[in-house]
Amino acid sequence: MNKARRNPVNIAAAHGILILYTVIALFPVFVILINSFKTRRAIFREPLALPDADSFSTVGYETVFNQGDFFGYFQNSMIVTVASLFFILLFGAMAAFALSEYRFKGNTLMGLYLALGIMIPIRIGTVAILELMVDTGLVNTLWALILVYTAQGLPLAVFILSEFMRQVSDDLKNAGRIDGLSEYTIFFRLVLPLVRPAMATVAVFNMIPIWNDLWFPLILAPAEATKTLTLGSQVFIGQFVTDWNAVLSALGMAILPVMVLYVIFSRQLIRGITSGAVK
Amino acid sequence: MTALSLKNVNKSFGSVHVLKDIDLEVEDGEFVVFVGPSGCGKSTLLRVIAGLEDATSGTVEIAGEEVNTVPPAKRGIAMVFQSYALYPHLTVRGNMALGLKQEGRTKQVIEDRVAEAARMLSLGEYLDRRPSELSGGQRQRVAIGRAVVRQPKLFLFDEPLSNLDAALRMNTRVEIARLHRTLAASMIYVTHDQIEAMTLADKIVVLRDGRVEQVGSPMELYNNPANRFVAGFIGSPAMNFLPAEIVGGKKGQMIGIRPEYLRITDQGRLQATVTHVENLGGDTNVLATTEDGHPVTLRLFGQHSIQPDKIIGLDYDDAKSYLFGEDGERVVVA
Ligand SMILES: Nc1ncnc2c1ncn2[C@@H]1O[C@H](COP(=O)(O)OP(=O)(O)O)[C@@H](O)[C@H]1O
Ligand SMILES: [Mg+2]
Repeated sequence: MNKARRNPVNIAAAHGILILYTVIALFPVFVILINSFKTRRAIFREPLALPDADSFSTVGYETVFNQGDFFGYFQNSMIVTVASLFFILLFGAMAAFALSEYRFKGNTLMGLYLALGIMIPIRIGTVAILELMVDTGLVNTLWALILVYTAQGLPLAVFILSEFMRQVSDDLKNAGRIDGLSEYTIFFRLVLPLVRPAMATVAVFNMIPIWNDLWFPLILAPAEATKTLTLGSQVFIGQFVTDWNAVLSALGMAILPVMVLYVIFSRQLIRGITSGAVK
Repeated sequence: MTALSLKNVNKSFGSVHVLKDIDLEVEDGEFVVFVGPSGCGKSTLLRVIAGLEDATSGTVEIAGEEVNTVPPAKRGIAMVFQSYALYPHLTVRGNMALGLKQEGRTKQVIEDRVAEAARMLSLGEYLDRRPSELSGGQRQRVAIGRAVVRQPKLFLFDEPLSNLDAALRMNTRVEIARLHRTLAASMIYVTHDQIEAMTLADKIVVLRDGRVEQVGSPMELYNNPANRFVAGFIGSPAMNFLPAEIVGGKKGQMIGIRPEYLRITDQGRLQATVTHVENLGGDTNVLATTEDGHPVTLRLFGQHSIQPDKIIGLDYDDAKSYLFGEDGERVVVA
């Protein structure tokens, strides 16, 4: 950065605001994590206190591990999220490439039709989706969730990615065609790497809602074998009694994988931004 | 043999008619330059020849074979783009080798041709670098190398020098001319820069609004422009146009005089006030305005000190002037 702009007061103010925001954003996570290591009484008496020798307890984690198949739920969530993201990115990018690269009748109309899904929440169609899944025998399979989440994520993915793909140099694609590359090779080897930052954005936008969703797991896949983490944690929340230790422990552990995925994708985001800037 | 022959080629994008009835022949080993203002359809024509766009009507023949339905990779052409369009994930070697690999050449052939091209373009020490680690001039040389290794029947260049700075542009221009001589290949070169056109071409094709205005050698176009557009486009500084009336001609006609054929004399047919003088060392460009307000440019050889606001008399040889009708076509005076 240029020296004239490096005013210490500005820097302090900027960092102050960023730190404040970070503290506010991380506070709930922090509260969940510290309380997951406390006894039930300590949680209610002093929710903000750190666990000490008296109040420390891992009873929440023990409950979670002993009751229900926590690792199974965890695995289901992971499979559903990763598979949905994979299909959203794959099909979204392919549709976006077709829309931005090829001139064909009804191109604009097709683009609008695909974008329509951004404005219409998929939950409106829950009953129809449930009927469809019952008819196709997909109820209580992870495929039911993967298909629904892919459908839910595609419209925005196509919209964002086609905008980015329009910016990929025509000359580059044409050079590939003259060198005899197939359209698939051009798509996978030349175009996809150049829109990686946009793909990471789409992945981050889609990941958290899928991971946290309770609605579709509850309706389409409530069986023990296909429960997701969010649904599995619900057993600890009763109408009259809630096992707060267990809920907080389950939540605490649910945060980790999302964070790992996020770190992977945000790396891509930052790399994309800087590689464009230095060029 | 003709390297390329276009018959009645038209191209429309929806309702926009971009190329109109293009007829053209490129002989074997010829260096043909398409020149014309931005947006006149030069790149579109090149893409039609390459097979990246389909002609709406008409036929494209390369080396005597109709190629209208042949994909770009099988047309025996290679193309160099203005934006280099190198594959960012491949090294220089990989960039040059990819087309040959796709053709299924043997390793030995690929290696030999890449080495030969690298030697020709002095890229030897950069073979293992990626495009992002090269300068603009080096990148363009790699793009040229990528075309050379394929040994195409026809080279296509789309404004390859536009992204380079002035000094590099000159060097690369010379390099392309040398390449044409050593390879003796047929080349089509697109540019909006008439200096590139004049210096490189065996044959220039002047395009305007998707139509061929004139085809000829650089000197033919300079000496015998078919119409006012070509006359104004070829030559720098551009030709002066004055209403023929003011020198005693017919109303509506225009007279065209090149800046280098105007001279300063006391009893000239024209009187003008100097507005600006550009001293280039070797020559001097004088910008002036005639009595009735028409701008004229003179190009004088050597150094002259002329002050702005000075009133000068101007004259020219009739043999070195051109007459254009109301429709812009050349009127040949018998
Ligand atoms: N894919 C396209 N769709 C619609 N119009 C196009 C397309 N490509 C080029 N054109 C139009 O064709 C005309 C000629 O373009 P181009 O061949 O790129 O010109 P040049 O290379 O001579 O500057 C321009 O008016 C441009 O707007
Ligand atoms: Mg162009």
